[in-house]
Amino acid sequence: MTQLDNQLAIPELQLDVPVVHEDQSVLKAQSRALIKDKVIAALFALAAVAIAIPLISLLWTVVSRGLARIDAEFFTSSMKGVVGAGGGALHAIVGTLEITGLTLLVSVPIGIAAAVFLTEYAAPGSRFASCVRFLVDVMTGIPSIVAGLFAYSLFSLVLGPAYRSGIAAALALSLLMLPVVIRSTEEVLLLVPHDLREAGWALGAEKHTVIWKVVLPAALPGVISGVLNGVARIIGETAPLLLVSGFADAMNYNPLEGRMASLPVYIYTQWQMKGLDAQAYDDRAWSAALVLIAVVAVLALAARLAPRLLKGKK
Amino acid sequence: MRSETLTPQRAGAAAAAFSVVAALAAVLGFLLIQGWPALSAGLGELPSHAENMWQLAGPLVFGSVLVAAIAMLFALPVALGTALYLVFYAPKRVATVLGGALDLLAAVPSVVYGLWGIMVLAPALAGPYAWLNENLGWIPFFAGEASATGRTALTAALVLAVMVLPLTASVIRSALALVPEASIEGAYALGATRWETIKLAALPFARRSIVAGSMLGLGRALGETMAVAMVLSPTPFLIGIKLLTSENPNTVAAYLAQTFPESHGIETSALIALGLALFAITCAVNSLARWITREKTK
Repeated sequence: MTQLDNQLAIPELQLDVPVVHEDQSVLKAQSRALIKDKVIAALFALAAVAIAIPLISLLWTVVSRGLARIDAEFFTSSMKGVVGAGGGALHAIVGTLEITGLTLLVSVPIGIAAAVFLTEYAAPGSRFASCVRFLVDVMTGIPSIVAGLFAYSLFSLVLGPAYRSGIAAALALSLLMLPVVIRSTEEVLLLVPHDLREAGWALGAEKHTVIWKVVLPAALPGVISGVLNGVARIIGETAPLLLVSGFADAMNYNPLEGRMASLPVYIYTQWQMKGLDAQAYDDRAWSAALVLIAVVAVLALAARLAPRLLKGKK
Repeated sequence: MRSETLTPQRAGAAAAAFSVVAALAAVLGFLLIQGWPALSAGLGELPSHAENMWQLAGPLVFGSVLVAAIAMLFALPVALGTALYLVFYAPKRVATVLGGALDLLAAVPSVVYGLWGIMVLAPALAGPYAWLNENLGWIPFFAGEASATGRTALTAALVLAVMVLPLTASVIRSALALVPEASIEGAYALGATRWETIKLAALPFARRSIVAGSMLGLGRALGETMAVAMVLSPTPFLIGIKLLTSENPNTVAAYLAQTFPESHGIETSALIALGLALFAITCAVNSLARWITREKTK
């Protein structure tokens, strides 16, 4: 059809329009469709508003009740010997930092290396690679408590059923973190333009040199952002830590031995094992929740800003 | 294509990829080793004085499925509505705020949801529950004596619904964003209203992803532990569908968290066997969801 035909066709269509509009039933059907459209649009908007209700209620409660114990003592003391009011969460904060650090130490190198294998080394359509991708998907869906049971099973087989430690918790969390790192790194590596790799190879560089000096630096901001998102996800995990690192009132710096407190488990145990002065325990639980949510929010924000900040430097 | 020689770097990367296979095999292996003794446990050895594993596992699996299914009943319409609103209606600024709100909901730790569920939501719902029970008590779900504390299966399901909503919404949203522009424009050109366009062009296209998103949400809800463990007030071995009473079926995950810290010997084995069952169920649900989406991309 030429352009001229197109232009000619339009007036014809317009001629038809008044005829259609004279038909009352069509007019009615049209306005009914329009009303239906409006009502449904309002319903969808309502669904979007509905998600704000729990969010606002939750954040408001955490902030308003959590502020009660945001004081110096909370950040400088443990719960050792504390009954009733007072005490703090320093031991839990240190525990969470150590456990998270150990988790990163395990999951980040393995995760990045696995993603490099999937994008850089595996032949396209490789059976092994697609099998690994599928299993990464499966791993993403592992319930966190099952990860905890796994770490318990492994460590208790070697070191006895009473063994509790920070490192067992780190193992459980690594299992949850690993698929997040692999997925996000793989996505970023796929975004690195192929020209960059070819330029490196053309210069005579070895494949691993190109990966190490060209591909990974180009992908770094995205990788960091993925890791931060992963940390934000696992730092609030409670169930696996409850099983394998347990709860403790006193400071334990040693992740290899003994029960180790952590912020999420601290929240749970303060609420669950209330003493006589219930208010003091609830206050500590809410304050720890506020600290935890603030940490998660900062991590998520950093994950968003990281790519922009790191790219701006170059 | 450069020739693929076996360098130490390549071997290292392959080993890292293989660690995924090894890790999952280890999960399965260690849970089997440690859970096995429970299958032959004698009378009086199992937790909660259960007679055998089936008596222990049956009601818990029932509770998990019941609570997760009700959670999805609430979460799916809201997630679908939110995703449609985000993709087809919301102005850009509203969409950014709403996307941020979903991210926030996804980022809140489950123990904080538990704290909020038990201290804020449950007390707030006790009144409405009494009303539902009084006026709609003839519906089996609302029958029985309404709980005064609000720590019911329905409250647990509502908390779970909020928790899995972001996941389901984001799966549906990314599918909707892929609807071919031509189909949408075509529908508009035919004089379709916005809703008719969605119905004709977008929903059929995204159908598989809507199902997959619900399955992923279900998988997440089945495995969710702390929020349920804190909110629900469970009754041992109960199988029932009365959602408003203070006697509720427990879920597998919540039971594990509540019982594990004080378990010994064969009890621990039984709990690990339960964990293995939970792993199998969530794996099946998630694999099904992935399979549904994979089919589409082929």
